[in-house]
Amino acid sequence: MAAAATCGTGAGSTASVASAASKSKVTSFQRRGPRASGTDSGGLRLVSIAGTRPSVRNGQLLVSTGLPALDQLLGGGLAVGTVLLIEEDKYNIYSPLLFKYFLAEGIISGHTLLVASAKEDPADILQELPAPLLDDNCKKELDEDVCNHKTPESNVKMKIAWRYQLLPKMEQIGPVSSSRFGHYYDISKRIPQELIEASNWHGFFLPEKRSSPLKVESCSLTHGYLKLLQFIQNIIYEEGFDGSNPQKKKKNILRIGIQNLGSPLWGDDICCTENCDNSHSLTKFLYLLRGLLRTSLSACIITMPTHLIQNKAIIARVTNLSDTVVGLESFIGSERETNPLYKDYHGLIHIRQIPRLNNLICDESDVKDLAFKLKRKLFTIEWVQDNYLRQERNIYPPGFSYLLKQKDSAWGEGSLQHSTFLMSFLAKATAFASRLVRHGEPLKQTGSGRIRQAAGPRLWHDGRRQEAPGFLGIPP
Amino acid sequence: MFPELNNLLNITPDRAEQGKLTLLCDAKTDGSFLVHHFLSFYLKANCKVCFVALIQSFSHYNIVGQKLGVSLTSARERGQLVFLEGLKSSVDVFFQANEEPHPLQFLREAKPGNLQPLFEFVREALKPEENGEAAWRCPVLLVDDLSLLLSLGVGAVAVLDFVHYCRATVCWELKGNMVVLVHDSGDAEDEENDILLNGLSHQSHLILRTEGLATGFCRDVHGQLRILWRRPSQPTAPRDRSLTYQYKIQDKSVSFFAKGMSPAVL
Repeated sequence: MAAAATCGTGAGSTASVASAASKSKVTSFQRRGPRASGTDSGGLRLVSIAGTRPSVRNGQLLVSTGLPALDQLLGGGLAVGTVLLIEEDKYNIYSPLLFKYFLAEGIISGHTLLVASAKEDPADILQELPAPLLDDNCKKELDEDVCNHKTPESNVKMKIAWRYQLLPKMEQIGPVSSSRFGHYYDISKRIPQELIEASNWHGFFLPEKRSSPLKVESCSLTHGYLKLLQFIQNIIYEEGFDGSNPQKKKKNILRIGIQNLGSPLWGDDICCTENCDNSHSLTKFLYLLRGLLRTSLSACIITMPTHLIQNKAIIARVTNLSDTVVGLESFIGSERETNPLYKDYHGLIHIRQIPRLNNLICDESDVKDLAFKLKRKLFTIEWVQDNYLRQERNIYPPGFSYLLKQKDSAWGEGSLQHSTFLMSFLAKATAFASRLVRHGEPLKQTGSGRIRQAAGPRLWHDGRRQEAPGFLGIPP
Repeated sequence: MFPELNNLLNITPDRAEQGKLTLLCDAKTDGSFLVHHFLSFYLKANCKVCFVALIQSFSHYNIVGQKLGVSLTSARERGQLVFLEGLKSSVDVFFQANEEPHPLQFLREAKPGNLQPLFEFVREALKPEENGEAAWRCPVLLVDDLSLLLSLGVGAVAVLDFVHYCRATVCWELKGNMVVLVHDSGDAEDEENDILLNGLSHQSHLILRTEGLATGFCRDVHGQLRILWRRPSQPTAPRDRSLTYQYKIQDKSVSFFAKGMSPAVL
């Protein structure tokens, strides 16, 4: 990955790469160091850059995305030299948060930032970054958040949905005291001004760059993309992120954040019409950006309003050109907002693609149904519990509660669905059974008394099943 | 190379066929492991390989190649491998505007015409030695991947022309092989990609199609591979033989098994 920087420095370096490669063949254990060290002549010296860590699987250098939960889902973090594409949610409420987390993580770790936007001034974006949760406040803040959340009893052995017990749990939020990789942030507070001033950042605000002349003749790239590409290439070259400047001993990571790429504000019309003139502009930009990133120590986050792109083919191409793709789907305005299953969450998060870098396989997480929740101070990602787990943990599955609520009116006019005898019988029986599962109470009769618990009283004696259930039937 | 895949395809590095176009196609999954397989296979078979790698960097292929037992750096040094690294060259072409022709010159143009410079590069790379002695067995062209050229603005017809020219030179004139990878967009109605895929499917001798499982993600079975032989060499052999296997990718190899016979299930 970042070792490709050696290939870029000319023919003389192939010898050193070859010797490095042969050295790595002899002692393959050395490969577990970060790959950033390849620029120096010969050998794989372990150079550690603040805020990075090597991947467990293949020694790939990783940076944190700012959200430890997302890091875990992506297999440890975002690989240096790759693009993280965030598909924005419909009203662009939650994707700016991920964008800000990424930038805030860069400031805390001391990385250089490059913020590009066509909508907001980068200086304003930086002012709104969340404040980091430091060690001593951390425990206090997180404890009060955790108390409000209904804690699952993880030590209760599951009876019905026992297979789910074997699945890995999502990372529980906890204070990370002296970790240099991955921090927690408090959204309700702003980052201290002195941290922003101490950091090295570059801003690209498109309306300011409109008038400056082009160095390269336009070649099917939109003007905005072209200027941004030149700006990025300039910064990478001048500050030595591609290893071209041997004077710079201290290596650092460049974090690039591009907001709302592909929106009409960038001059691109893929979000406006289906058959656009310049449909290759965005994909070409992404390809050239990928080329720049692969040969430098940088990581990029791009938020893109893919829900606005009319042509599905372009979305597929953009996905193929990006390394990691995460999609956000918020519940605002959709039917899921009123679904009791999702009442604690604000939206779903889909990990659409994870790259296979230097490897045949990738760290794909087994858990696919993930939802996010924006609490007062934290943005959390959790596995959505489905019906079986809710029944296990003494929560009604959604359908049953409706039947119970309608108990009084169900047998009257107006609810045609439940007026047949069979439906009412089933409703009462299942409501009876679920009440028993829920409370463990033995034998209180409901309804007219025609349905009697045919199995003996020992069945539900202390809330635990003692013998096989009998046949719930109407006594003769 | 994956020994199990060699058995399925009935080929060995000693007995590689010649003059064949192999199409790798992936739908809803990542078929790049097949590219690594063919790269290491032909390097082990002592063939001269020209690899047009547009989508990933050299070190990526090198590291995976080392897991499969070939070293791309040493192959490049002794002249067995000619590697065109698309990502690095595209940045050079785009930002340093010199007038000399470059294989990826179409990136500079506003309306990319054709891929002739790229074809010239391939022909130059694979042309036989002047002194007549063949150091390598047969030339092989590997392209990863062709759908990317569509994303860069080249038309589907131009890409098909390029493949046609390469086939005429590499497969027919030089009696070599070609392996190309194309993504299948599936339900994302990419017309240009469909034109490219259909055109190549008709021309190719062997189609390896990887698909994700219809039922979704599975930890033990990563996908399904369909092997389709077209244009058999002997007229008496049955036409268009097709086989389907499921596979699981591991760290250094891929294991293939019949449908439903995953070791995790048995």
